[in-house]
Amino acid sequence: MKALCWHGKNDIRYDTVPDPSIEDPRDAIVKVSSCAICGSDLHLYDHYIPGMESGDVMGHEFMGEVVEVGAEVHRLRPGDRVVVPFTIFCGECEQCLRGNYSVCERSNRNRELGDKAFGHATAGLFGYSHLTGGYAGGQAEYVRVPFADTTHIKVPDSLSDEQVLFLGDIFPTGWQAVVQCDVQSGDTVAIWGAGPVGQFCVRSAVLLGARQVICIDRVPERLSMAEAGGAIAINFDEESVLERLNELTRGKGPEKCIDAVGLEAHATRSLDSVYDRAKQAVMLETDRPHVLREMIYVCRPAGVLSIPGVYGGLVDKLPMGPLMNKGLTVRTGQTHVNRWTDDLLRRIEAGQIDPSFVITHQVGLEQGPDMYRVFRDKLDNCIKVVLKP
Amino acid sequence: MNSLQSLATSSLAPSDRLARGLGYFALGIGLLQLLAPRRITRPLGLEGRETLVRACGAGKMLNGLGALSDNPTPAIRTRFAGNALDLALLAPGLSADNPKRDNVRLVMALLLGCTLLEALTARSLSERHVRPRDMHVADYGQRSGFPRPAEAMRGAAGDFRTPADMRAEIGVGPA
Repeated sequence: MKALCWHGKNDIRYDTVPDPSIEDPRDAIVKVSSCAICGSDLHLYDHYIPGMESGDVMGHEFMGEVVEVGAEVHRLRPGDRVVVPFTIFCGECEQCLRGNYSVCERSNRNRELGDKAFGHATAGLFGYSHLTGGYAGGQAEYVRVPFADTTHIKVPDSLSDEQVLFLGDIFPTGWQAVVQCDVQSGDTVAIWGAGPVGQFCVRSAVLLGARQVICIDRVPERLSMAEAGGAIAINFDEESVLERLNELTRGKGPEKCIDAVGLEAHATRSLDSVYDRAKQAVMLETDRPHVLREMIYVCRPAGVLSIPGVYGGLVDKLPMGPLMNKGLTVRTGQTHVNRWTDDLLRRIEAGQIDPSFVITHQVGLEQGPDMYRVFRDKLDNCIKVVLKP
Repeated sequence: MNSLQSLATSSLAPSDRLARGLGYFALGIGLLQLLAPRRITRPLGLEGRETLVRACGAGKMLNGLGALSDNPTPAIRTRFAGNALDLALLAPGLSADNPKRDNVRLVMALLLGCTLLEALTARSLSERHVRPRDMHVADYGQRSGFPRPAEAMRGAAGDFRTPADMRAEIGVGPA
């Protein structure tokens, strides 16, 4: 079959790889109808996340039709149409029973590696390094889905792929980022990053009733999309984020701050970002935490910082003084996708939101390698790429 | 919907690979200049300029690291400045009293060749990776994803209840 494979930094190739097969009675094979490039795939593309091996199949946002099931799969049958969540989970371990699917204790088959990297391993993820199980991803014609009885979201034929595909990652990720802020009706929610997850954070904050939603970025077309969703835009190339946020909150700062950027923060006019880039270049720091610093500094005392943006390793010069003295709450983590998807699917069916608004490019899988470049470099007004195998 | 047409089977173009090669080359030469400057100055008849050679070496190493980063374009573009410094360093070696001036001429020619290669690479990288200043900016102002204006959707998910483990009710008043 054909798939997009990682071959090193900035090197994604359209390769021919062996078809997947049932390896465990709880597996299913899904024929992919649509998949997407996620912003967090760019961290692999730029090789900031360790644990990738040449030939690994990329992609963790995909959907399709079940074509084969293992002997112990009871809730799926060939022909079912499913979106596959990026977090693989068993549904039976202590964490899964609490709804903490992204830290499932059984699905990461490389637990020892995960334990070494993070102290305790997290769940298996599709196409996201050997630290999270080394599972082949969904930017392919077929995918093996482990723990298939739980790791799926059945979707009705009445909705198009474009309407439901993002239930597998960016929609619930944006939703959880806002939910874990515990937004109250009088709150101002400031969101750093107007990429796909930032866009869903904006919509989620509006739907959940935030009084004021602010989105910070530098890419004009992304800011215009955020404004369409109900956000006030701040272009950090044109104005001071701190000054503008204080102005919009009568000098008090936003109650809830969301980092939808993660480890590759881009800030052209700040000294700390130059420092981060220099340290990263000589491998003295793995992540660039400019957004975290800015959030800690500007957040209202007793506020909440929510971090859906992906971080991979070590950061430097994190202002612990303000964080501690202001009594800020930090909520983070990979998304417990299936905890939210029944509710979000219901909202899509009810017409409350149509997630396809974010798609700017739809091309064949064979164009995937070049689309990584276009997406990363923010060319051609690209915000979200959907690939069709 | 935008529709770029490209059938590249790898995301790395020849110019990306060349930039990477230039990065490793700069690291190698820079390291040599930094650690063994006399091996550069002696065959060129430029003894006594070791400190300058070391400084150029340090600059090249930084530039090489930049060329190996996920965004090599600025580093390759700024190689011109480094090459100009190298040429300025070599220029005194062209004097008639330097018996090794033929070596200097050869190195200068190589340097000019490198500069040309870097210029072509920088141009190609810019075309591939740099967002043009005059790029048409799409107006996504109609892409709300909502059936009604955003203001009308505020609080539309009011039936949602935040799970207990995700509440952050800070400052709700003394118990």
